[in-house]
Amino acid sequence: MTATTVEDGGAIQRRSLGTRLVTANTFWIALVLLALIIIFSALAPDAFPTVFNFQRLAIETAVLLVLAVGMTFVIITGGIDLSVGSVLIFAGMVSAKTMNALSGGSAIEAGWGVIIAGLVAAVLGGLVWGFVNGFLIAKAKVPPLIVTLGSFGAALGAASLLNNGSDIRTVPTTLKRALGSGTSFGGIPNLVITAAVITLIAAWLLHTTRFGRYTFAVGSNPEAARRAGIGVTAHLLKVYLLTGFLAGAAGFMSLAYYSTTGIAAHATDNLNAIAAVVMGGTSLFGGVGTMVGTVIGVFIPAVLKKGFNITHVQDYWQMIAVGAVLVAAVWFDQQRRRSRNRS
Amino acid sequence: MSDPILEAVDVTKTYGSVEALRGTSFTVHAGEVVALIGDNGAGKSTLVKCMAGAEQPTSGTIRFEGAEIRLDSPTAARRLGIETVYQDLAVAPELDPAANLFLGREIRRPGVLGALGMLDKKAMRRKAAEEFSRLGVTLQSIDVPIGSLSGGQRQSVAVARSVVWASKVVFMDEPTAALGVVQRERVLDVIRRVRDEGVAVVLISHNMPEVLSVADRVEVLRLGRRVARFTTADATLEDLVGAMTGALSQEEESS
Repeated sequence: MTATTVEDGGAIQRRSLGTRLVTANTFWIALVLLALIIIFSALAPDAFPTVFNFQRLAIETAVLLVLAVGMTFVIITGGIDLSVGSVLIFAGMVSAKTMNALSGGSAIEAGWGVIIAGLVAAVLGGLVWGFVNGFLIAKAKVPPLIVTLGSFGAALGAASLLNNGSDIRTVPTTLKRALGSGTSFGGIPNLVITAAVITLIAAWLLHTTRFGRYTFAVGSNPEAARRAGIGVTAHLLKVYLLTGFLAGAAGFMSLAYYSTTGIAAHATDNLNAIAAVVMGGTSLFGGVGTMVGTVIGVFIPAVLKKGFNITHVQDYWQMIAVGAVLVAAVWFDQQRRRSRNRS
Repeated sequence: MSDPILEAVDVTKTYGSVEALRGTSFTVHAGEVVALIGDNGAGKSTLVKCMAGAEQPTSGTIRFEGAEIRLDSPTAARRLGIETVYQDLAVAPELDPAANLFLGREIRRPGVLGALGMLDKKAMRRKAAEEFSRLGVTLQSIDVPIGSLSGGQRQSVAVARSVVWASKVVFMDEPTAALGVVQRERVLDVIRRVRDEGVAVVLISHNMPEVLSVADRVEVLRLGRRVARFTTADATLEDLVGAMTGALSQEEESS
């Protein structure tokens, strides 16, 4: 045996940084993203590697990133959340309704007080669905796929009922200017800063805190977690609440950016978020995942789409390419598991 | 001999119409290894579950350090320093050995960050390495997922996880069942070390040579009752098998 044994007097070592790096799925998917950026930059040196282009890329992925951040937690617990897109719409609708009601009809001229009330309404709207999902999954033990397929339809239905099926477009101009199209620190869009701050806090929560550790443990082996004294039911509920909260926040961001509730625009957000998370190396079987991977996973489809647009390839190819990368990512994950669980 | 640290008296447990335990008793003292043996269905696992808080006895009493206690959950037992290694060794395969060792007992950072739930991973890794060394558990590295370790190493970590936290009693339900010869010896070594530190070890095993080599005493269950007690030094394989099959009985019916 080549192991460092205690009989040798040596302590049990951590692996070297290099070993840890190459064995991480995130490392390989990061290389894929880097390769895509290099290829498109070489193909369109005037149009692709520009500040403007990257700014657009970041803005267009900001809302999806916030959804995918929440999805990362859920998938690490071994669950899934199909409802995030519908919850986003519901939260946006509740928020817009609240702001309009507080402004006596149209919220276009509304000030910060009303906008903050709208933010609170959006987040609460998200939390309600997070609680419904979490309660049914953790407490009633209905499979997450079914629960969130149910709330996927129900949240969209509820959002449509709120305004008889039509969108609300009376969004405060102040909000649009500040969060939707505003920039800070010399040109960084506020929407991107918001998404980045949320992602950083979530990464901290996932990778350095007890909450994160329990999320991995519950996804890895719920029975082991239970025996270790972890309240598995309560933890799952918290994770779905967090995802609902983030979908609510994403709904508010979407409202600020598009200045519409976009009832018809988010039908595939759930699948895009799941694809991003899984491409980023988070395992659908639970217990494994990184926030950095999710960020990369969000950017791969976006870079492909932008790159195809700029190089005049029909962007339907993007759908095919993303599908292929997704399947490949899951296949690699399964191979890794099989070779690991040798005994 | 000193007073027992943990004692079950006339414990019964029924599941519907099935009587798993029919008034059995059991004693274990600090610093000894007691093997609990019996044929399949004799009630060994049920008795251990009752004493470890995983099940509640239908009737009878459990005494800990002389005082009667009620264990509502494994967590309640754990608070008293009673730990269990389960037959199916639940570990979280995606987490590393240090994370598994500290699962549910994470060390937090000092100060505000700790209050926010931030973990002190470095301290946990260091302490885990110390504990593994102390217990003679050999690992290549402290930060690979447990699932990538061999079956024996995984088992050692599962055993270590309970043993590290067991200040009074540790129950082990067939801890060596799936192991090769070398790994089995290693787990038995861990058992001896823990005993020598003054912890009471209760070992369920079907392997009689193993029982005779590691246990100080043996208690035998048959059909939900304790039928015999031996000091290992005076017992032979024939005695144990005889007691298990009913050919030999020392204790009267307690009813």
